[in-house]
Amino acid sequence: MTDNSYTLGPDQEGHFGRYGGRYVAETLMPLILDLDRTWQEARGDPAFWDAFHELGRNYIGRPSPLYFAERLTRHLGGARIYFKRDELNHTGSHKINNTVGQILLARRMGKTRIIAETGAGQHGVATATVCARFNLPCVVYMGTKDVERQAPNVFRMKLLGAEVRHVTSGSRSLKDALNEALRDWVTNVDSTFYIIGTVAGPHPYPELVREFQAIIGREAKEQLMTVEGRLPDTVVACIGGGSNAMGLFHPFLDDRTVDIIGVEAAGRGLESGEHAASITGGRPGVLHGNRTYLLQDDDGQIVEAHSISAGLDYPGIGPEHAWLADQGRVSYVSATDDEALEAFGLCSRLEGIIPALEPAHALAHVMKIAPALPNDHVICMNMCGRGDKDVFTVARALGVDL
Amino acid sequence: MTGTRIDRCFADMARQQRAGLAAFVTAGDPDPHRSARLIAGLPGAGADIIEIGMPFTDPMADGPVIQASSQRALKAGMTLAGTIDIVRQVRRNDDDTPIVLMGYYNPIHSYGNDAFLKDAIDAGVDGLILVDLPSEEDRELCLPAVEAGLNWIRLATPTTDSKRLPAVLAHASGFVYYVSITGITGTRGATRQTIASAVDRLRRHTDLPVTVGFGIRNGEQAAGVARIADAVAVGSAFCQAVADGLDNGKGTDAPIDNVLALCEAISHGVRKARA
Repeated sequence: MTDNSYTLGPDQEGHFGRYGGRYVAETLMPLILDLDRTWQEARGDPAFWDAFHELGRNYIGRPSPLYFAERLTRHLGGARIYFKRDELNHTGSHKINNTVGQILLARRMGKTRIIAETGAGQHGVATATVCARFNLPCVVYMGTKDVERQAPNVFRMKLLGAEVRHVTSGSRSLKDALNEALRDWVTNVDSTFYIIGTVAGPHPYPELVREFQAIIGREAKEQLMTVEGRLPDTVVACIGGGSNAMGLFHPFLDDRTVDIIGVEAAGRGLESGEHAASITGGRPGVLHGNRTYLLQDDDGQIVEAHSISAGLDYPGIGPEHAWLADQGRVSYVSATDDEALEAFGLCSRLEGIIPALEPAHALAHVMKIAPALPNDHVICMNMCGRGDKDVFTVARALGVDL
Repeated sequence: MTGTRIDRCFADMARQQRAGLAAFVTAGDPDPHRSARLIAGLPGAGADIIEIGMPFTDPMADGPVIQASSQRALKAGMTLAGTIDIVRQVRRNDDDTPIVLMGYYNPIHSYGNDAFLKDAIDAGVDGLILVDLPSEEDRELCLPAVEAGLNWIRLATPTTDSKRLPAVLAHASGFVYYVSITGITGTRGATRQTIASAVDRLRRHTDLPVTVGFGIRNGEQAAGVARIADAVAVGSAFCQAVADGLDNGKGTDAPIDNVLALCEAISHGVRKARA
């Protein structure tokens, strides 16, 4: 990678600086190489992107709107705040951008069965959706802890014809669902395509997921040029594995005037040790196919993450984020459960938009910085998911019995 | 004598015209103290090679039995330093049996590669099997380990095609571990016929001894594989024997006795296979 662009990575072996790579069992390695060949062919094939964009327009509902959050802007009294409204996508989050892309790759490879992991259930729903659309059997792995707190999404996946397998091993959340999906993949390597939901995993997943999600940032840039006539000053997104953030950030990486901020989940507070802030509170390690920042103890054992948001409850982060953090191009900050809940409530009341708990973390950071910024400062935040799935969790946190 | 303990072990077995048994148990299962005694007892129960699992929270290629074994070890306080310490203890009274550490990369990455290689070699480790370090990542640990004098034992699988084998075998030494199924540990086994043709294919690409593992749990199955391969690897069955011993007698030596009894039975099958 050269010094004059942040967008050239990864290299052919999937490295973003020292991060990324292909740390997988030998059984999977030939398939990973096969996937890489298919992906490199597909990305140069206009017909592939025609199919992707056609589904984007007519199935997902792209482009998603760019919305000026007028009341929130006035309430905070500083920067002008825009939401990139990927929560309005079909299935209610940005996850569908990626599953549409990956199912087209699965079909290109002639795979006959799809597996996925899910935390909040948004990726599981988005995967079950494209499997229904393309008539492929679908198995979604989900930790029992998440099955409990995301019940509506479990039911949606079943309605869509997917089989939801409850994962009881380890911490019973997203990382364990990923382990189980990898175990399934190793067992059914000939027939099965693994649709990974975030910009992590072995190369080429971090790259291809980013490319499918970068439509968010490209649209936002164009829409901002139309309404504001210029680039934003700040873009903000929440980060679990980091796919919505990478999607928004990537097209802005080489625009040096744009401040880029990723917001990790600080759970009960960074000092409590119960959080999911891999960059702020972790150190580099190797898990799930890539080298990246991980929450781990002194012995290199993976520590359970904690966040009120199931979608951020993961002890790692995409390797490109790890690299951007080391480069200093993106600032990684965090917001606690309580701050996210406050943002959740405020956004619902002021804008009539019930955000998912994931982007509520991004909004919590916007609430911290916007008041002190001048009125002509433009912030674009990715509203990457809607909060319908979270109403039970929020009710419980607020002590309300539904 | 030349070569590593692993080389000498396979040369001896070849002279005796028999196959060997590579016995896998997890370091620290069910606790550090009993684990050290269990491991020290394996050669006496017929194990030719000791594979010691380095416990990890997220063993992606392992089935429920080895997952549970890792969890027990971690809960009992086992660490990578503790694993190396067990090797040191076993080596005090046994300078011959090859000891191979097997597991996942992150605990080593966290320990520091250079420090790990030095400490492992000092303690008497002979080889490494790293599940999540394929040949694409050889620069990471494989090349430094080989340079330091350890055997790098490579996993080959049914999906490792002939085009890929040369790259996979490039830096392999000691033996090649053939994973006989596409899947996780402790599940089904492959048929003898499938294993035989896979081992034939491997032998066309390497002169290294071939050890076959996955899905082998008793003396009879082990004997079948021992007619084809140079050694038979057994893991989940031993980890299950630890678990069964814990169910039957809390705090007793039942887990050790169980494993050693099973090891003797399987070793008997292996040693008699070609008689």
